Amino acid sequence: MTISTIKSEDGKALTIKIQGRFDFGEHQAFRDAYERIPRRPAEYVIDLNETTYLDSSALGMLLLLRDHAGGDEADIKIVNCKPDVKKILLISNFEQLFAIQ
Amino acid sequence: MGLTILIADDTETDRLILRTIVNKLGHRVIIATDGAEAIDLYQQECPELVLLDVMMPNVDGLEAARQIKALAGEELVPIIFLTSLTDAESLARCLDVGGDDFLSKPYNATILRAKINAFNRMRVMHNTLQEQRDKIVEHNQYLLHEQTVAKEIFDKVAHSGCLNAPNLRAVQSPFAIFNGDIVVAARKPSGGMMVLLGDFAGHGLPAAIGAMPLAEIFYGMINKGFSMPEVLAEINNKLKKVLPVSSFCCAVMVDLDFTSKLVKLWIGGLPDCYLYRNCTGEFEALTSQHLPLGILGAQKFNAEYQLIEMANDDRLLLMSDGVIEAQDEAKQFFGVERLQQVFKQNNQIDSLFEEIRKSVFSFIGEPTDDLTMVEVMMVPPETFADEDEVFEVSAARGAQNWAVNFEFRPETLRNYNPIPLVLHCLMEIPGLGLHNSKLYTILSELYSNALEHGVLQMSSSLKHSSQGFTEYYAERESRLRRLAQGYIRFALNHVPTEQGGFVQIRVEDSGPGFDYQQLQNMKGDQLFHGRGISLLRSFCQQVTYLGKGNCVEVVFSWTND
Repeated sequence: MTISTIKSEDGKALTIKIQGRFDFGEHQAFRDAYERIPRRPAEYVIDLNETTYLDSSALGMLLLLRDHAGGDEADIKIVNCKPDVKKILLISNFEQLFAIQ
Repeated sequence: MGLTILIADDTETDRLILRTIVNKLGHRVIIATDGAEAIDLYQQECPELVLLDVMMPNVDGLEAARQIKALAGEELVPIIFLTSLTDAESLARCLDVGGDDFLSKPYNATILRAKINAFNRMRVMHNTLQEQRDKIVEHNQYLLHEQTVAKEIFDKVAHSGCLNAPNLRAVQSPFAIFNGDIVVAARKPSGGMMVLLGDFAGHGLPAAIGAMPLAEIFYGMINKGFSMPEVLAEINNKLKKVLPVSSFCCAVMVDLDFTSKLVKLWIGGLPDCYLYRNCTGEFEALTSQHLPLGILGAQKFNAEYQLIEMANDDRLLLMSDGVIEAQDEAKQFFGVERLQQVFKQNNQIDSLFEEIRKSVFSFIGEPTDDLTMVEVMMVPPETFADEDEVFEVSAARGAQNWAVNFEFRPETLRNYNPIPLVLHCLMEIPGLGLHNSKLYTILSELYSNALEHGVLQMSSSLKHSSQGFTEYYAERESRLRRLAQGYIRFALNHVPTEQGGFVQIRVEDSGPGFDYQQLQNMKGDQLFHGRGISLLRSFCQQVTYLGKGNCVEVVFSWTND
């Protein structure tokens, strides 16, 4: 398992943790992580602490999550990025769509 | 289901016993008495399974097996050796020459039946696999063929512009038949050029499909005289509509004006591009400030560009992420440091592009991503002279004899460029398509004079130096934003003649006008800003100022060849 989810105690936030490479191979697992929960949380946290690499299909998957979570109203934080991973997110100017911490 | 089984044995009693057993199992039996006969019969009858005695006269069983396997080719014909030998060495040899199994004498009917059934299952499976493989091969060939044809269409759409211009170099490595990267370049009707390098998320067919509307919009709108922000906004909206949510296009677009030396640059989601300044030999990194195309809706899309000045021989290096993300066999990235190392080692700027290409391609093992690089150079305007493009005169009967009036008011003047609209009207006239570029220049000269000196009342003295040029346009922006009243009127009148026709274009603005008597006594080329008027005079048969100087009428006439 490279993708795991944790729900906060009050149930308002969903944390999705990705270990290893975040690319097209994780497509289904990533979707399942947020689609298979009964109620939509108010906030999403993507924890990339253990993510080593991220490609353009991963960026696409983040866009899918954003769409699922309400598009412009979505509250998605991307946390604990390693420098290389953060660089890819910033090159693509994804800080305009996601709160990158 | 009965099979045809070949039995080859030189001993009559053995043949009889085997034939009886095999017949009882419901199979058809053909009999050979030695190896040579077995090979002949195999060719004639094509049995599905062969039972071969090892020791036979003429050709022995081992040689017969070898030949039968060769004849069978890709088809699986199980060969079971019949033998009284029991030593491991001899039994192993039976399998080494291509036999599939052996059966020791005396024969046991139950084991023989089980073996025949087992090998038949294997044979059926083998055939199924082969059929499926053939289907896949056929399918794949069909697909490749389709892609090749589709690529031809794609290339015609994508490469219809001026990619072969002398100041442009591009290199692409196709990962699939289609590339997720696209490079398009077009001449502007006003002179100058626009270049766009796009990198679609993903590659192959889905990416290429997105590239089609991109190329269409790019060429179509630039030909009609739209500005870079307008083209970008339209491409973004189209891609937002047609691409799935998870897909987008990282892109860089540049708009080069060879006369003013000003370059507009917009980067969305691509790694740094570089500007090489000839005078200092330095490379400046140009960083993306926008999201890729196709993500934001029309309301939020930001087409704001960076404005840079480039001297002749200065170059822009544009590249897709495939360059710095090129990987060697150990999955190491080529990276920015290696790229900058190439910059550092270069001592002849003309060969830099080739050096980067070589360095990247020798670094990577198997290309895993699309990789595209473009170099655009600032050149004197005459180097990029307008080639006579061949337009199809398609509308044999178009709008013939008509007049139309437009009035553009402050809200429109503030944030809309009416030139494409007016030009579009004129393009309805048959035969006028050939003069697209001239008419664009005429219209935009007339319009910017009316707007800047008429409505906005700006003095062109600022434009004396290229430094002032930048200030001038900043001032123009700020006056436009505050504009509350005024108008520009266009009156077009078209009259066909025997050999062609003429268009009268009258432009009137709400400004105070100017003393045109004085202007007529001066030579246009004495002044930097006088260029506009001399350009008008060279394209038009007549240029006449009217009233207090806030109205100008030009006549453009042409003949059909």
